[in-house]
Amino acid sequence: MEKLKLATIWLDGCSGCHMSFLDIDERLLALSDRVELVFSPLVDTKDFPEDVDITLVEGALGTEEDLQKIRKIRERTKLLVAFGDCAVTANIPSMRNPFGREEVLKSLYVESDALNPQIPVQSLPELLPHALPLHHYVHVDVFLPGCPPAADTIYQVLSELIEGRIPDVNPLTRFGA
Amino acid sequence: MTNEELLAISEKEQELQQQVRYRIMVCSSTGCLSSRSDEILAALEAEVKQRGLENEVLVKKVGCLGLCAAGPIVSIQPDGILYKEMTPEDVPAILDRLGGEPLEEKRIDTHQPFFTRQKKNALENAGVVDPERIEDYIATGGYAALIKVLTEFSPSEVIQEVQKSGLRGRGGAGYPTGLKWSTVAKAEGEQKFVVCNADEGDPGAFMDRSILESDPHRVLEGMIIAAYAVGANQGYVYVRAEYPLAVKRFRTAIRQAEKMGFLGQNICGTPFSFKVDVRLGAGAFVCGEETALLQSVEGNRGMPRLRPPYPAQSGLFGKPTLVNNVETYANIPAILRNGGEWFAQTGTEKSKGTKVFALTGKVKNTGLIEVPMGITLREIVYDIGGGVPDGRKFKAVQTGGPSGGCIPEELLDTPVDYESLKALGSMMGSGGMIVIDDRSDMIDVARYFMEFSMEESCGKCVPCRVGTVQLYNLLGKFQRREATEEDLKTLEELCDLVRSASLCGLGQAAPNPILSTLKYFREEYLAKIRKSTPVEEA
Amino acid sequence: MMTPGTAVKTFTMDGKPFSATEEETILDVARENGIDIPTLCHLEGILPTGQCRLCMVEIQGSGRLVPACATKPEEGMDIITDNPRLRNYRKMIVELLFSERNHICAVCVSNGHCELQSVAQRLGVNHVRFAYLHPRFMLDGSHPKYEVDHNRCILCGRCVRVCEEIEGAHTRDLRNRGIRTMVITDFDTPWGESPTCTGCGKCVHVCPTGALAEKGKSVAEMAKRRHFLPYLAMRRRGGK
Repeated sequence: MEKLKLATIWLDGCSGCHMSFLDIDERLLALSDRVELVFSPLVDTKDFPEDVDITLVEGALGTEEDLQKIRKIRERTKLLVAFGDCAVTANIPSMRNPFGREEVLKSLYVESDALNPQIPVQSLPELLPHALPLHHYVHVDVFLPGCPPAADTIYQVLSELIEGRIPDVNPLTRFGA
Repeated sequence: MTNEELLAISEKEQELQQQVRYRIMVCSSTGCLSSRSDEILAALEAEVKQRGLENEVLVKKVGCLGLCAAGPIVSIQPDGILYKEMTPEDVPAILDRLGGEPLEEKRIDTHQPFFTRQKKNALENAGVVDPERIEDYIATGGYAALIKVLTEFSPSEVIQEVQKSGLRGRGGAGYPTGLKWSTVAKAEGEQKFVVCNADEGDPGAFMDRSILESDPHRVLEGMIIAAYAVGANQGYVYVRAEYPLAVKRFRTAIRQAEKMGFLGQNICGTPFSFKVDVRLGAGAFVCGEETALLQSVEGNRGMPRLRPPYPAQSGLFGKPTLVNNVETYANIPAILRNGGEWFAQTGTEKSKGTKVFALTGKVKNTGLIEVPMGITLREIVYDIGGGVPDGRKFKAVQTGGPSGGCIPEELLDTPVDYESLKALGSMMGSGGMIVIDDRSDMIDVARYFMEFSMEESCGKCVPCRVGTVQLYNLLGKFQRREATEEDLKTLEELCDLVRSASLCGLGQAAPNPILSTLKYFREEYLAKIRKSTPVEEA
Repeated sequence: MMTPGTAVKTFTMDGKPFSATEEETILDVARENGIDIPTLCHLEGILPTGQCRLCMVEIQGSGRLVPACATKPEEGMDIITDNPRLRNYRKMIVELLFSERNHICAVCVSNGHCELQSVAQRLGVNHVRFAYLHPRFMLDGSHPKYEVDHNRCILCGRCVRVCEEIEGAHTRDLRNRGIRTMVITDFDTPWGESPTCTGCGKCVHVCPTGALAEKGKSVAEMAKRRHFLPYLAMRRRGGK
């Protein structure tokens, strides 16, 4: 049987969802019989490949770079999963939203740095005015809330998706779970 | 006060007005006042005195003469001459021409449809009587209905007469007035209240203000008759503080009526007692909603209460309360004077009588009009309103304010009545009527009204408090051409939620401007969806 | 127990027959019989205001919606408590609430004990289709025992009502209108300076979310204690 192509990516988030993914433990071996991990912080691929079957996206959209990535991912993915609260609600990254981009940058780089108070303009992607959930920019097929979603939840949902079924995630997880 | 005494006052006043050769009336409603009609009045009085014409010419201030677009307006009687755009500098010329050739360049053609197509009842005395003199009102037959009712009618006979008239609430929803009265009359309770809703707040609407400014005694008489019919002994007029002139004139009217014994203990020598107080609104549109209004009168935060119980059973301070709008009360005296059947001769099968509209927007003759129910929108816009000025094309007419909708050209032949307007997705409302020409974008129009509803939501229920903000923001996406197909779907679903699930009429009607523009001008929305080709480029 | 002579009304809910006393609301009867109607602003023991609109049920035939918490069934009424239309309305209402302020469950003191959170899960709200409004609010930590975070307030009015109706202090009320509505203390003074607050904490424990919390509680530690509520309800009914 041909293996499905699975990708995972980590945008504006804490990598906790990926940690939870690893907590699947030995069941990862069972998964690896069914899927090939073609792109992930856990593998060495540099470019996001074409024709990916399932992509788990962790993190909110916080920068212009995130936007470019998510658009490319959307184009190249059949089933896009908003993986965890940051991807679903913008969660912790969105805590900056009430203050606005300029105020946050000033507070962080100018007011808190006595030695070298300046806002970096080079080598860092431009911050978006607000950190937003994925579905505000691209179509999302499956929402998997949780901060992070439990390993069991991730395993169950992935198993179903691999079987070609869209699972009902609501009994399994919720915002902040 | 007996009928004989009333007649004596009336005759004396008529004599006073007949003994002069000319009566010069100056509009002193807010519209004309804002363009210096008070200075015209003062100049006229001074000039008449200087010329020694006091015994020949009576100068008096009157209420709204209707054609606000041409204000300030001065009327010369008995010659039936109306002058437009008057200034204090025109005063000598007016007096020079008295009895001679009128000032043609300032003369308003009173044979134009604006005047001939109207039919006045609520506005019968507007522009005729001095709103600050009770004698003037009495001279036109004022308070005769009250005395007749108090001496000849039982309360249930009054209600029967109102029911016969077919009068429906002029505040907008069109609930049968007689039915409301009989419900309050039948409600059990020692203490009952009568409330006049004068919290007019629709953008572009000024019917109630004009009635209160032009003929406050008429409203007061209507209220007293209502109080007698339902068995109330205390009344409140809830009027917005932004209407200082209306408040002042109504307060004056109350004092005058008290002095003459139309208010207070044992009115006109009968066992019936009734008092009226004025309560000022603090600027919340939602207080026009009757339960929020009652909360505000009680001194609470103006938020709507759940209905049932309806005010007729449990209203002000938990007592049975009759709440009617200014215009509804203004219709009452004539119904009791002439009979319910007389009133019911005008109008359509289900909508009787006349309705006052504030005609504004892109129309030649803006102003205050009163028309028989059943007249078509086209007649109002083109005949009475004189059509769209500056060679522009008519696009829509908006009725019912932020709760109403936009009606397109192809439906202009719809007769004005409660049911027909509702069937079009608009509503009668309190009587705002805004004409829109081809320069306006209908999404802008919808968003303007949605902003109003959003700002005026009281914040109590979730669909209205948050839903109106989300609707407003979604319309913004359309304006910026950032909306998607998905946004259009969300817009429609959210309109449905806010309409179906909101607690009071404000929220329930708030989506109407969007729904009606979606219905009649959908292509404007579609044209603004991202990645689609706009209509003009196609 | 029904007292003799009490009028009982019979009606149907979701096709099944039920009866109700004069005092009972649709919600009372539904809960008595295990029918799940979601609520947020409602709390047994304080007066219903029907303002969250989650408990709207449909009257068969007319399609009219009424709040179950504040509507008494009428004889012969045919009520629908759940259908796709109602489910979609309820989901939208919850989504509107999440979009209104800054509900970040992961860092909330009431995570895991929050009624907004649990009602969202029950209704299957796993994302919010409306744009977040992300308003900016200050916290009030001036009270020695409690704190208020308006970012988590859903304006259900329970704190206002419990303070006025049960504690009798009327420390809390609202200011502004529409989306700018805020729960305030007295005439909008810091809570710690309130001369009317008795410090009873009822407001904290009736609050459905983490907006009102005890000081010193960390994420997920603020479980509300409502054991006093049945007594409040009993007192309201005039029992001892």
